[in-house]
Amino acid sequence: MSEGTIKKFMFVNRKAPYGTVYALEALEVVLITAAFDQDVSLVFMDDGVFQLKKGQQTKGIENKNFSPTYRALDGYDIEKLYVEEEALATRGLSEDDLLVDVTVMSRADLGKLMEGQDVVLTF
Amino acid sequence: MLLAVTINEGPYQHQASDSAYLFCRAALEKGHEIRRVFFYNDGVNNASSLTEPPLDDRNIVNRWSKLAADHKIDLVVCVAAALRRGIRDENLAAGFRISGLGQLVEAGIEADRLVTFGD
Repeated sequence: MSEGTIKKFMFVNRKAPYGTVYALEALEVVLITAAFDQDVSLVFMDDGVFQLKKGQQTKGIENKNFSPTYRALDGYDIEKLYVEEEALATRGLSEDDLLVDVTVMSRADLGKLMEGQDVVLTF
Repeated sequence: MLLAVTINEGPYQHQASDSAYLFCRAALEKGHEIRRVFFYNDGVNNASSLTEPPLDDRNIVNRWSKLAADHKIDLVVCVAAALRRGIRDENLAAGFRISGLGQLVEAGIEADRLVTFGD
């Protein structure tokens, strides 16, 4: 029934990568959605911007470092990554601190982008 | 309207499942169709048949089972999230089934609106 239908799926990542499971399990949905050939975009806002921070070291907390997966998104044709400008600034981060190429966007512009989506899933 | 719902938090700890249930009931009363409720993250704990709340409290798990039976709603629990948290066929409450994340994506594609209840 859904054969051929392409919808705009936006994943909004708001949480730090470790401490809760949201970031990891969000990535799993992102990859499956891409496998369904949908129009996928990712937004990183609030503490979610830490998910893309370079140089993550997780040995000490005995968690798997899943940050390399963000670099692999390209291979799944997931190229629309948006990062909230204000969230970076508030946390003393800049685009150079991130491990993938992103589009930095103001909170207001992200809001406009969200309006155009069919499905928004927040983690 | 054809609706699908996703629940990302466990029962009792968080209001997500309560809110989703009340939303579903209200939508059904208004004549909307709810095809599928998808349980993800700690939301998979809403499917545990081992759940036993005090008798003077609502039974969140049984409530979903009954709503699904009364309105032919497909209650789907994500397999990867479920296995992580010890939810399997042996302790799956009535009306729920375990399947893949593809069921969530499919619900998003087919429904007019996918409504998320989470933190």
